[in-house]
Amino acid sequence: MEEEEKYELRLYVAGQTPKSILALKNITKYCKEHLGGKYSLEVIDLLKNPQLAEGDQIFAIPTLVRKVPEPIRKIIGDLSNEERVLVGLNIRTITNQK
Amino acid sequence: MKSNKEYIFPKTRTGIDGLDEITGGGFPTGRPTLICGSAGCGKTMLAMQFLVKGIIEDNEPGVFMSFEESTKDLAQNVKSLGFDLDKLIAQKKLRIDHVRIERSEIEETGEYDLEGLFIRLNYAIDSIGAKRVVLDTIESLFGGLTDTGILRAELRRLFQWLKEKGVTAIITGERGEKLLTRQGLEEYVSDCVILLDFRVIDQIATRRLRIVKYRGSTHGSNEYPFLIDEEGISVLPITSLKLEHSVSADIISTGLPALDKLFEGKGIFRGSSTLITGSAGTAKTILSSYFALSSCRRKERVLYFSFEESPAQLIRNMKSLGINLEQYVKSKLLHIHSSRPSLQGLEMHLLLLHNLIKEFKPLTVIVDPISSLVSVGSSSEVRAMLVRLMDMLKGNGISALFTSLNNGSRNEIIDLTEDAISSLADTWIELRNTEQGAGKQRSLIVVKSRGMGHSNEVNDYIITDKGIEILNANKADKKANEILADK
Repeated sequence: MEEEEKYELRLYVAGQTPKSILALKNITKYCKEHLGGKYSLEVIDLLKNPQLAEGDQIFAIPTLVRKVPEPIRKIIGDLSNEERVLVGLNIRTITNQK
Repeated sequence: MKSNKEYIFPKTRTGIDGLDEITGGGFPTGRPTLICGSAGCGKTMLAMQFLVKGIIEDNEPGVFMSFEESTKDLAQNVKSLGFDLDKLIAQKKLRIDHVRIERSEIEETGEYDLEGLFIRLNYAIDSIGAKRVVLDTIESLFGGLTDTGILRAELRRLFQWLKEKGVTAIITGERGEKLLTRQGLEEYVSDCVILLDFRVIDQIATRRLRIVKYRGSTHGSNEYPFLIDEEGISVLPITSLKLEHSVSADIISTGLPALDKLFEGKGIFRGSSTLITGSAGTAKTILSSYFALSSCRRKERVLYFSFEESPAQLIRNMKSLGINLEQYVKSKLLHIHSSRPSLQGLEMHLLLLHNLIKEFKPLTVIVDPISSLVSVGSSSEVRAMLVRLMDMLKGNGISALFTSLNNGSRNEIIDLTEDAISSLADTWIELRNTEQGAGKQRSLIVVKSRGMGHSNEVNDYIITDKGIEILNANKADKKANEILADK
């Protein structure tokens, strides 16, 4: 049995804007549905930690960053299109394997 | 009631030689300025110089947000200008934020904004208390993101935000086909727009700068040539000419005693500029060589720009007239620099002259002939360059000699170099060839000599294997003495 890699996700937001709230709601839902427990999601508020924006090359808000598995992928926007988010994160392929 | 008549628009010095003069003091303080131009025209360089000079000369910290080059590349690119970015970053005077947008790793879905960029910029500005900001070049965003509607709205918000933040900003943009910039940034940044241009005319490249608009301020509206050299960018505005040089009362020899006699028997002022005009074969180069020789004898370094002859050719030809330049080349008192005028643009020639003068530190500079440079550029360019060159030479107390080839008898044609230089030159010697019977008669006239009595005679001269011999010098000498006595 090969060990499946755990998804490490970061969601960058700037305060509680409708777009950010929607993005968080969306990604939480997709993760629960498709990744089960094999993920970690960290929400970073740049209004509180502006110095973190440079490291992950954030310019748009909200931005979802897939840190692991590599390579790094970024999805910007409120993540309302489930299909594109899953393709972007390369999640669909895993669920298809099952 | 408020009167705006006395109001002077606040401006921030650009740190670029000549640009402050054209803009009447610099960029608008607390507002964004758009610099646009095609690739490789010097936008990034200009922006970086604005920041670095701002730090060094005006103690205004700056943020450089780069959308194209990495911090390392930027630092390397400007190292040749003597800008040590790493040091400035360590001193917390400069901050470079490289915004890397990798199209391949980005997916867009749904609504977003560029708040992340605002936060980054705000954080960078606040962390060092920046007064100056550069965004280079923000249009890269359009290459990385697909939703141009969002981008446009966000850019408008960004420029507004910059104004509210009160920073003096430079935004660079790539030249578009119909618009000034590809994405029409000029629509958003409307306070000051500067266009840089890199153009090839007659196979020679020239850089130019033009202020397209400057709201609320008067500005020069011409196209100004600019150059990028080891000191960075400098623009060549004619207005930079200031008549504030210290002058010398010291008199130096022209190298030819008989010629000295025409100038109160002594010679010409040190640090003055002399123009020798004449048609082909009137011994302009020979007189130049005498001038070089006299400077060498005083152990004063001479820089000789020869646009027609190679150093070896010049040395050989002068040797046949008994003028030995070779020994001084060997003892490094004389440096002959030869290049083809058409090899480079005017700006490059000027740059070369500048650099060599800085490096060699001569007390005498000879340009033989300066009229060759006229073939390189347009008349206004040449004039601007000559003014600038003479200004620089005088400012450094360097005695200068220029020769100019004119069309001899065809006087109805206004000679460009004469037109441009003769009013600037302190001394003007004209050489003439006239046909007399079977031979040709050479004659020399001192047209003018500022602050010095001079001969009014037409002096005939001959060229022998011993050099130039002025035939009626004694007569002229008497005449000169009479003038002297009159005073």
